[in-house]
Amino acid sequence: MSPTLAAALEGAAKIAFVWACVLGAVLPNLIWVERRMAGLIQDRPGPNRVGPFGLFQAVADILKLLMKEDVVPMYADRLLHTVAPLILLVPAMTTFAVIPFGSTIHLFGRDISLVVADVNIGILYVFALTSVGIYGLVLAGWASNNKFALLGGLRSSAQVISYELAMGIAAISVFLAAGSLRLQRVVEYQASGTFLGFLPLWNCFPQAIGCLIFIVSAFAETNRVPFDLPEAEAELVAGYHTEYSAFRFGMFFMAEYLNLIAASAMMATLYFGGWSLPYLHLTGIFGSLASIAVFAAKTGFFIFLFVWVRWTLPRFRFDQLMNLGWKVFLPLSLLNLLWTGALVLWGVI
Amino acid sequence: MSETVGTAGSVPETRDTMLGLREMELNFGPQHPSTHGVLRIVLKVDGERIVSARPDVGYLHRGTEKLFETETYPMVIPHTDRLDYVAAATNNHAYCLTVEKLLGLEIPKRAQYIRIVLDEMQRISSHLLWLATAAIDLGAITPFFYTFREREVILDLFEDYCGARLTLNCMRVGGLQEDLTPGWLEKLRAFTEDLGSKIDEYEDLLTENRIWKMRTVGVGILTTERCIAWGVTGPPLRAAGLAWDVRRALPYECYPELDFEIPTGKNADTYDRYLVRIAELRQSRRILLQCCDWLAANPTGEIRGKVPRVIKPPAGDAYASVESPKGELGFYLVSNGGNKPYRLRVRPPSFINLQALPEMARGHMVSDLVAIIGTIDIVLGEVDR
Repeated sequence: MSPTLAAALEGAAKIAFVWACVLGAVLPNLIWVERRMAGLIQDRPGPNRVGPFGLFQAVADILKLLMKEDVVPMYADRLLHTVAPLILLVPAMTTFAVIPFGSTIHLFGRDISLVVADVNIGILYVFALTSVGIYGLVLAGWASNNKFALLGGLRSSAQVISYELAMGIAAISVFLAAGSLRLQRVVEYQASGTFLGFLPLWNCFPQAIGCLIFIVSAFAETNRVPFDLPEAEAELVAGYHTEYSAFRFGMFFMAEYLNLIAASAMMATLYFGGWSLPYLHLTGIFGSLASIAVFAAKTGFFIFLFVWVRWTLPRFRFDQLMNLGWKVFLPLSLLNLLWTGALVLWGVI
Repeated sequence: MSETVGTAGSVPETRDTMLGLREMELNFGPQHPSTHGVLRIVLKVDGERIVSARPDVGYLHRGTEKLFETETYPMVIPHTDRLDYVAAATNNHAYCLTVEKLLGLEIPKRAQYIRIVLDEMQRISSHLLWLATAAIDLGAITPFFYTFREREVILDLFEDYCGARLTLNCMRVGGLQEDLTPGWLEKLRAFTEDLGSKIDEYEDLLTENRIWKMRTVGVGILTTERCIAWGVTGPPLRAAGLAWDVRRALPYECYPELDFEIPTGKNADTYDRYLVRIAELRQSRRILLQCCDWLAANPTGEIRGKVPRVIKPPAGDAYASVESPKGELGFYLVSNGGNKPYRLRVRPPSFINLQALPEMARGHMVSDLVAIIGTIDIVLGEVDR
């Protein structure tokens, strides 16, 4: 077998694996988990009718969305109205390419790095794709020809751009410490030693502020409570997707959850050691499989955090959100950058 | 859109700027998740800042006051249920009080206590509904489920007592139709004693919540002077610092015998109105416990005064009011001596409090508008009648 063909097969297998996991397992279960968790928090059962424990609820929901009438408002821009959900969904599905979901596995005489594309611009790719996703929201708001949708689109663009800045600067500190933009390298760096002699070298310890900024900004990036202003149903009816129905709405819905999963995976990767376990170095094929499980567990924890926060907190107001982004997070993330620089300079990390 | 729409009073005209830009006009309602019914607000927004807000009411107008004139006095009571349909007991009460005043009727003590029990249960259920919807307007979804859990118990108790859950039709001129069912009082006491910890639970979620405070403190300020100028009553007035409550100011039934406080606020903003309503929940609980004690100590007694078979109040007029969950709910009755009201006018607190909306909303953001609509606590059935 030629090396090119082998590499192509390897890549295809990894893409199939990641999408099967994300779209086939994590996404429907996440919808189920979110609704059951909501039930738990709100003292009610939650969906429990479709399948065992209501596990097939997400499938039923998606089937329902497929069968609904697809309405395009009369004065909407038909082209943009159709394209907008795709612009949002496609980047959301492709961010997973650079996130390492495990260490290196030795199979069929090859060392396979468990990341679809271990590119040397890893994080830049993620930020670039999320920025493309914003166009989906803005265009959806614009194309609907609805004032509430327009306001939702406006809010989302302002919000996502502002928080991406703070998020980006927080992420710079991570690469300053790891010395690379490659996410696999970032994880290996975090697994490589200890901080202050006893803590794992996870970035969340030396860069606690950066970690916090990243997590909160991720909530804003994914339009989740308390930053769900673009679709604040109490004010804007449904924000940018007011005029969407059937599977076009389903695409927004899926993209939102995919972004949530991607954000959780990024938090785990950048700040909490990715697939690595502290103090332990697992080797061999079982070590590799264990690393996948560790990564899944860490991502799962952050997904749980997203759900928990959603059902607990009220929503910010638009100006308060902007103040927080520009006047608090931006200076703090710069401070965090300075601090990390100092730590690197003094050789602490 | 015609400029005469709405009841907003003086509203600044649209400003045309140098570039010929003008504010966006946004039709908020009548079908909108946060207008709590069919309220329409015509907004002029500069970005997200409100330049003017004009409430346009009347979508639920059913001609109730005219309808009153075609019904005999007992037949009017079910129509009053449909004014503030989440607080039917206080509506029944205010109407019955007015007719009794004109008739000069004496109400038996036991009936008075049961009426107070129904009123206070209604106040609690109405405030719980308010808390649920006001929180959901600001994006906090979970309090809704907590408060509805308790509201459900109250509605079950109503159902046990009179068979209805919302449109109670539970009072009669001169007293009550039915005495309490056996075991009802014990169920009420168990619920009431439990309620304190449940209120703590709501407060845990909201009172010291940073985001909740950011969204409510300083939003929609309506000072005592402006409240009085608009005729605003109820929690908005008390949150402005004036301890004016019909139960104390113009006492009716045996409220003077009961020990309770009138909670007030200082800052007259949305947050203080929230605090006042939460405190009122606790005070209502206190009143209910005292009533339970009295009713348990006096388990039997008359529940209806000496009412003539056909109610024909003498020619004349009377006004009586109660403290409904929303504010002062009054009925003004003019009788010509017949068996139907000649004219029956309602003083609806929701409608009068809603008048202050443009003043409260001006200069705030669109997001604050939903907080302000929520904090006024309107029911469109009462606004439009």
